[in-house]
Amino acid sequence: MKHLLGIAGMSRESLDELLVLTDSFAEINARAIPKVPALRGKTVATLFFEDSTRTRLSFETAAKRLSADTLSFSVSSSSVKKGESLRDTALTLEAMRIDAVVVRHGSSGAPWQLARWLDCSVLNAGDGWHEHPTQALLDAFTLRQRFGSLDGLRVAIVGDIKHSRVARSNVWAFTALGAEVVLVAPRTLLPPSLEGWPVQMSEDLDAVLPTVDVVYLLRMQLERQNEALVPTLREYTARFGLTVDRAARLADRAVVLHPGPMNRGVEIAPEVADLERCLVLDQVANGVSVRMAVLFKLLAGADGSTASEELDRAGNG
Amino acid sequence: MAGAPEHPPRNPTPPDRGLFSARTRVMEAGDVARALRRMAHEIAERNHGLEGVVLVGLVTGGVLLAEQLALVLSEFEPSPPPVGRLDVSFYRDDISLRRVLPHAVTEIPGDLTDRVVVLVDDVLFTGRTVRAALDALNDHGRPRAVQLAVLVDRGHRELPIRPDYVGKNLPTRRDEDVKVGLDGVEILRQFSANDAADPGSSESGAS
Repeated sequence: MKHLLGIAGMSRESLDELLVLTDSFAEINARAIPKVPALRGKTVATLFFEDSTRTRLSFETAAKRLSADTLSFSVSSSSVKKGESLRDTALTLEAMRIDAVVVRHGSSGAPWQLARWLDCSVLNAGDGWHEHPTQALLDAFTLRQRFGSLDGLRVAIVGDIKHSRVARSNVWAFTALGAEVVLVAPRTLLPPSLEGWPVQMSEDLDAVLPTVDVVYLLRMQLERQNEALVPTLREYTARFGLTVDRAARLADRAVVLHPGPMNRGVEIAPEVADLERCLVLDQVANGVSVRMAVLFKLLAGADGSTASEELDRAGNG
Repeated sequence: MAGAPEHPPRNPTPPDRGLFSARTRVMEAGDVARALRRMAHEIAERNHGLEGVVLVGLVTGGVLLAEQLALVLSEFEPSPPPVGRLDVSFYRDDISLRRVLPHAVTEIPGDLTDRVVVLVDDVLFTGRTVRAALDALNDHGRPRAVQLAVLVDRGHRELPIRPDYVGKNLPTRRDEDVKVGLDGVEILRQFSANDAADPGSSESGAS
C-alpha cells in the first residue's frame, strides 16, 4: 500500500488491518507522552487547496506524534496564486525530498493525478465530491470502538449526499465492514443516480430513525444555498434536522456522528449535539489515531516481507 | 540440567520445496516449568520480595511467559506483581529497512516511575528488541531499575545487553531458529538438499 486515494475498492481485510493498527495508536495517544519515534527522519507535507483547518491539524498532529517532520504548503500565500500548475507545485515539493503529501483539492481525482506524477506517497484528504478516506476510517473506528464491530449495524446517512465526499467514502467503508446503509435526503440532495451503490434510500427521516443504530449527519453546506436545492434552511431542519423530539425516538443504543464542523440549529439541535450519544469529540480524537495508522502503514519500512515473518525467521531477535 | 541426556539426533523431515528442516528438541515442558520456577525465585530473591516489581512481557513471545512467571510467583509471595505487555514495533531501529507492524496493543499497568521493571522475553538474540524495549519504557515513566528475564539466551548479541535471569543458555548457529513455548523449546534449521552435497555442485561457481 503506497497511497491512500479512496475507500472504494479497498477490501474488508485491508480496512480491518488499518482499524486494528489504529488500536495501537489510540493507546499511544492515551499516554502521558503521546509520541513514538516510528517515523523519525520522514517528512510529511500538507497541500491544501481548500481550507480545512481541522483536517490539516489532525494530519499534522498525527505526523508529529510519529516523530515525522511536517511542513504545510499554504496555497493562498504561495506560488499557486502566481499561476503555478498543480504538477509543478507537487514536483517542487517532491524535490525537497518529501516522503508523503497530504492533499485536499476541490477537484475530484486530483490526488489520483498527483499519485501518477510523484514517487512519494499521496494521501487524499478530500477531493471534490469524490472521497475523504481518512474521515471514513475514523468514523468506522469510532463505531467499532462503540459497538465492537460494524457487522449488522444499520446506519442512516442524512443530508447533502450529492455534494458529500464524506458520504461516498463512508458508504464504501461501512458496507465493506458489514453495515447496512440507508441514505436519507431530499431528492435534490441525492446524486442523479445511485446505481451500483449498495444502499437503500429514503426521504422520510422519521420513519428511518427508530430502526437505526447510527445517525450520521452531514453538514448542511450553507455556501450551497444559492443553488436553491432546499427551499429554506428552516424547512430543511423541519424535515431532516435531528431535533430534540427526533433524538428522543432513537433506539437506546443508537449514536449520532457528524464529521464537523456542526451547524448547530440546522442539521443538529444544540441540545442533541451535547448528548452522550453524540460522538463528535470521539471522532476528532480518533481522527489523529487513524491518521497515525495510515501514515505509519504507508511510510514505515520497505514493501515486502512483514516484521512478523522476519521476526519468526530470526527467532524473535 | 546436569546429567540430562545428550541431544537426540536431528531428524530431517521430508523435503519441502527442496528445503529440509531439522528440528532438535532441547527442553521439554517439564524443563520449561522448572526453569521458570527457578527464575521466579531468583526475581523474588534479587529484589528482596516483590515490592514495586512489575513484569512486562515483550509482544508476542514474552507475554505468556510473564503471565506464567507471575502465576508461579503468586504461589510463594503474598502479593503477585502486576503484569503488562509491551509492543516495541514503533521503537525498532530497523523500522525503515523493512515493514514492521505491531502485533498487539501495549498495556502498561500504571506509571512505571520508581518501579522495578522486569522485562520478559522468550529468546534473547541480537539484543535489538530489548534496546527498543528500553526506549519504549522511557515513555511510560522512569523506572528505578530495569531487569531482563529470558527463557533462552541464544547468543549472537549485536549490542551491549545482558540478561539478569536466564532459563537456559543455548549456543546456536546464526541461521537457526529457536521456537519457544510452555510445552518446550526446539531448534529449527533449514537447509537445501544442495547443502549436504558437494559445495562445488551448486551454481555458485559463476562468481
